[in-house]
Amino acid sequence: MTDAAPGIVFTNVGRNRWYRSGALASQTAYVAIALVVITALVAVFANHFLTPNNLLNTSKNFSYIAIVALGSTLVIITGGIDLSVGSVMALTAVVTAILMKALSGTVLASVPFGVMGAAVVLGLGLAALVGFVNGVMIAVVRLSPFVVTLGTLSICRGITYVITQGRGQAPNGPGVDTFYALTDGRILGLPVPLVYLLALAVVMGVALRQTRWGRHVFVLGGNERAAKLTGVAVARVKVSVYMLCSMAAGLAGILVLGWLGSAPANLAVGYELKIIAASVIGGADLAGGIGGPAGAVIGAALIEVIRNGLALFGADTYWEQVFVGSIIILAVLVDRIRTRQPD
Amino acid sequence: MSAADAARAESAPVLELRGIGKEFGAIRALSDVDMSIAPGEVVGLMGDNGAGKSTLVKIMAGNFHPTHGTITLDGREHRFDRPLDARAAGIEVVYQDLALADNVSAAANVFLGRELTRRVGPFRFLDHRAMNARALELFGELKSETRPRDLVRSMSGGQRQAVAIARTRLAKAKLILMDEPTAAISVRQVAEVLDLIRRLRDSGVAVILISHRMPDVFSVCDRVVVLRRGTKCADKRVDRSSPEEVTALITGAKEFA
Repeated sequence: MTDAAPGIVFTNVGRNRWYRSGALASQTAYVAIALVVITALVAVFANHFLTPNNLLNTSKNFSYIAIVALGSTLVIITGGIDLSVGSVMALTAVVTAILMKALSGTVLASVPFGVMGAAVVLGLGLAALVGFVNGVMIAVVRLSPFVVTLGTLSICRGITYVITQGRGQAPNGPGVDTFYALTDGRILGLPVPLVYLLALAVVMGVALRQTRWGRHVFVLGGNERAAKLTGVAVARVKVSVYMLCSMAAGLAGILVLGWLGSAPANLAVGYELKIIAASVIGGADLAGGIGGPAGAVIGAALIEVIRNGLALFGADTYWEQVFVGSIIILAVLVDRIRTRQPD
Repeated sequence: MSAADAARAESAPVLELRGIGKEFGAIRALSDVDMSIAPGEVVGLMGDNGAGKSTLVKIMAGNFHPTHGTITLDGREHRFDRPLDARAAGIEVVYQDLALADNVSAAANVFLGRELTRRVGPFRFLDHRAMNARALELFGELKSETRPRDLVRSMSGGQRQAVAIARTRLAKAKLILMDEPTAAISVRQVAEVLDLIRRLRDSGVAVILISHRMPDVFSVCDRVVVLRRGTKCADKRVDRSSPEEVTALITGAKEFA
């Protein structure tokens, strides 16, 4: 396909240089370069970084954050924000563990994986319900995403404490070994959370770039009024992204439940900021319209490599937050300078 | 009814408004407006702020119902409940802010809400190739220097207009309403937009141009309709009027023409 219609001569419409257009020019691309450089530095200077055990742990640790960051990135692309993800992780983990015990005495116990399967499905269903409530309050009632999800952050955490009375909940019941295998095991030598993350990232990439739904997600962040005027089902798309975000948080909560072997009521407190940080560092624009799964994965990986590097250097890991904060500002600042328009 | 109007009526109008009135509570925004437009005709709709232009446009575009009166399109009476209904009937609107999403490509904007897909197994995927090709054709018809795959963010005002107008060409619209298309762009781009309007006219589309700019109306329109305080105070061929007369009609210095 040629560039212009026949008979059209481009007199004054320039073309961007290759390094200023396409994926190469995105924030995600240079944060990826930063990730490679920092990983190389850590690998050179920290002896234990490249040991199989450490790599396995690091990749597992960041997978939980990154899975939720995928969902959070979707919400951010539409121009919204979801602060409730950390609480949804905890609520889903706790409810899933409680359901395993509760369902053990029912007929499901005689079905292979019946108890585990039902508990996980109901747990994810609860997460989806929270996302549905968020989405409806935001898209239909038209409250601000910040306020609504700040509310559900508090509500979900509160419910988690109420139903557990602050006590940790451990997975138990028939088929619990399968549950551990599917949440904390390995596939082809890779930790399962990482495998889920990569699979979800690929599915999300295809959905965003190759489907009408994905196109509409971007347009919502670009110009919601335009979407409405051209007949896009704005409310439905919005509700769907909040549901997917909550379900991503729910899945991560269930994976953490398998990893820890118990879900404390204070699980994932404060994670919402880490998750949003991962999305933003990876290039999702809080103003909406820009972002993608690669960014979420890269942003989460960068945070984890820095945390792990600090630990291996024997530095105080509390510095992690200082670094993460600095990187958020730096990444956005570099992007601003790069895209600066002459006045 | 003037002789010119009678001649128009014979050439089977694409759109006919009869006795259109609109009240918002106690406020009468429009009263008893008649108007018609033939295929390939460009009509300038003028009036001061608050004269009822936007209300009339919104009624034609399906944003709300008229309190009185009927809308007839190609001889069939219509009642639009939403903008999509007007669009389905063949009325497209180019909004003043163009309703474009900056962060996606020109082709994506052209096909917004009407994306082409192809089926792969149980899934439907966007047909990027077909959409880019069709957008390229439309930009070619409009003689616009616009690449389908460029982001709208980096485009000039004239190119943006071309994208918004190409969108209306997708469905073979019969009538295009353009709301102040030249209000906020440069001189060169105004010329581009007026050229775009002429091309629409040449392809047989009826265009209603809402504008404040006298030179634009007099260079591109066949006819000018002036609203003042919700009523139509003039409807005449531009070659039988003058900018001075229209100004007088808009301000009320002259009552009717």
